[in-house]
Amino acid sequence: MAKVKTLADLRKMKSELQSKIQLRENAENPESVVQIRVGMATSGIASGAKEVYHYFTEEMAKRNINGLTTQVGDMGYCYAEPTVEVLVPGKDPIVFGYVDVKKADQIIEKYIKQGELLDGIIPPNYQNINE
Amino acid sequence: MSEYKMHMMVCGGTGCRASESDTIVEKMKKELEYRNLDEDVQVVITGCFGFCEKGPIVKMLPDNTFYTEVKPDNVTEIIDEHIIKGRKVQSLLYVDPNKGQAEPDSKHMDFYKKQIRIALRNCGFINPEVVDEYIAADGYEALGKVLADYTPEQTIDIIKQSGLRGRGGGGFPTGLKWQFAAQNEADKKYVVCNADEGDPGAFMDRSILEGDPHSVLEAMAICGYTMGSDEGIIYIRAEYPLAIERLHIAIKQAREYGLLGKNILGTGFDFDITLRYGAGAFVCGEETALIHSMEGLRGEPTVKPPFPAESGYNGKPTNVNNVETFANIPAIILKGAEWFSAIGTEKSKGTKVFALAGKINNVGLIEVPMGTTLREVIFEIGGGIKDGKKFKAVQTGGPSGGCLTEKHLDTPIDFDNLLAAGSMMGSGGMIVMDEDDCMVAMAKFYLEFTVEESCGKCAPCRIGNKRLHETLDKITEGKGTLHDLELLKNMSNVIKDTSLCGLGQTSPNPVLSMLEHFYDEFLGHVSDHKCEAGQCKSLLKYNIIEEECVGCTACARVCPVGCISGEKKEVHIIDQSICIKCGACMDKCKFNAIELI
Ligand SMILES: Cc1cc2nc3c(=O)[nH]c(=O)nc-3n(C[C@H](O)[C@H](O)[C@H](O)COP(=O)(O)O)c2cc1C
Repeated sequence: MAKVKTLADLRKMKSELQSKIQLRENAENPESVVQIRVGMATSGIASGAKEVYHYFTEEMAKRNINGLTTQVGDMGYCYAEPTVEVLVPGKDPIVFGYVDVKKADQIIEKYIKQGELLDGIIPPNYQNINE
Repeated sequence: MSEYKMHMMVCGGTGCRASESDTIVEKMKKELEYRNLDEDVQVVITGCFGFCEKGPIVKMLPDNTFYTEVKPDNVTEIIDEHIIKGRKVQSLLYVDPNKGQAEPDSKHMDFYKKQIRIALRNCGFINPEVVDEYIAADGYEALGKVLADYTPEQTIDIIKQSGLRGRGGGGFPTGLKWQFAAQNEADKKYVVCNADEGDPGAFMDRSILEGDPHSVLEAMAICGYTMGSDEGIIYIRAEYPLAIERLHIAIKQAREYGLLGKNILGTGFDFDITLRYGAGAFVCGEETALIHSMEGLRGEPTVKPPFPAESGYNGKPTNVNNVETFANIPAIILKGAEWFSAIGTEKSKGTKVFALAGKINNVGLIEVPMGTTLREVIFEIGGGIKDGKKFKAVQTGGPSGGCLTEKHLDTPIDFDNLLAAGSMMGSGGMIVMDEDDCMVAMAKFYLEFTVEESCGKCAPCRIGNKRLHETLDKITEGKGTLHDLELLKNMSNVIKDTSLCGLGQTSPNPVLSMLEHFYDEFLGHVSDHKCEAGQCKSLLKYNIIEEECVGCTACARVCPVGCISGEKKEVHIIDQSICIKCGACMDKCKFNAIELI
């Protein structure tokens, strides 16, 4: 191991290492970051939810958006699988239906980054799954 | 490589390891690799989550799913259901007995809701064996900041302003202690970390050292800088092998990075740390005895003054602090004195770690702001009394402390309030007692411990505690008199006033506080020869109910001392003067004709 010679070195090292525990820090304070919950019911997995889940985890990191992507059980919208719930801090949660990779890209670029609404939103007459 | 999508945090504390958490880790790693998921899921061995009652604990991130009592056999289920399909494994979720429902994640658990983690901030959050994780979590930044930006005096001022008081028992202001050690000029000075932790039932310090050893190393270096010392020593009991192992790893890694050793961070400051093992004697936790033990002498205390800050290890100025005290330091430096002093009560700032034990549902480790009430700790965080029994008392401060009762439940916990209530903070052990616990027997239990642990140097402690114990024993045997209750009180006060060190000066505390709060129970033992809790065997009496006894002779045949007599088909009688109260007769009787009164 190379020696850490100055405080600046230590800080540089820290900023490089921090990504390793970023997920844990976000998990401590989920309200403070963009949360994406991908519905993973059996029908969801069959219709590509897994792919969407991987896409979100990777793309959010690549595009430098501090967020948390989790898989959740059945969201109760089998007809619109795969479904994705997006919670942007300070905004009401929104559920998108029929999400594929292309749609996921739009969600990140338009909704999360710019706050624009997209089509494909499922009306909020549902129960938040974690409650 | 992309970042991990999930982190699986597995408790690697002593408790969870005893129930195979290391096998879980191995198996999980192997299975993940086999399924090509090892780049998606990181398995992390962590320090204690505190929820020891239900270990081994596995926490899944980022969704904070909290799995309890996990076995190696559950590994594939966790992978198939949780990791692959995104469904929680219902059977492993924690079910709150008071609510009767499974908690989806740790954020919903009452156990965590009122906790604030400062000293335990990294326990359960990082892998204690990987210095990079500590650095990622702001590790060694406080040391760097102090060395670069603050003079020793400024650093001491920050600690003073924070209001931090020693967590080892006494509650002495830490900043002031550092100042004394800094002011005493000498060619050599020492920083000592007291990791003796002799209080029965306590494991706060062990858990910090197992879960976040670097925080203690970093704080010791900061302390060394403030007082002008280049050498730190951790005095740790040899009974803590895992903590010792993690400390060794941490010291080695810190040295490799140059965060311990010569010219730390290019500032010219030298500091290194070694370990010294204790044999696990309670008195060696007392700072003067600890220093003598480190010097290779008998672990016996000496009179203060001189205080260690003037003449400590090898006669040099020495600063002794407790593990938890040190663990608070880096957070205070980074977040500021004001942040810290905003937490807690007027004269007790910050948080305190407690080890909950005894008749409580959630046995484990917690950290709460000073000023939290006993009721919150016992009934909300601790989940209440086991088996729906009635709360009777809680012992704080271990063998040096006292018991607190129902009427103290709403007292905010801090150094001064506990003293005013006749107990003390101590190091943080909390033993909860229920209606089945006999207070005379409890007092006897603590005295038994003190008699065993007294070093014998001064007469009041060596002889006085022995006499106290004998008197308590006599009372539990049903041979006590009213005079003995007076004697207990008087002797206790003399022992407190005349003992040499903190051990004898506090050892009668459990007796005094139990006498005060449960006088009627003591009285019951001596005047009515009754133990309400049914713990004192000698005061119990087996009795044959005339109406029920059919004279089958089974009891007489099973009695090992032959104290039951009676003709066949006639009522039998127990000779109380011979009976040894083994209960064999009661177990044997098919007619429920034997009762315990
Ligand atoms: C009998 C006895 C046992 C003690 N055991 C411990 C111990 O196990 N750990 C500890 O930190 N302090 C223990 N202390 C307190 C120490 O003497 C000392 O006050 C403490 O280590 C100072 O650190 P602090 O200011 O950070 O609390 C004990 C004191 C007495 C009288």
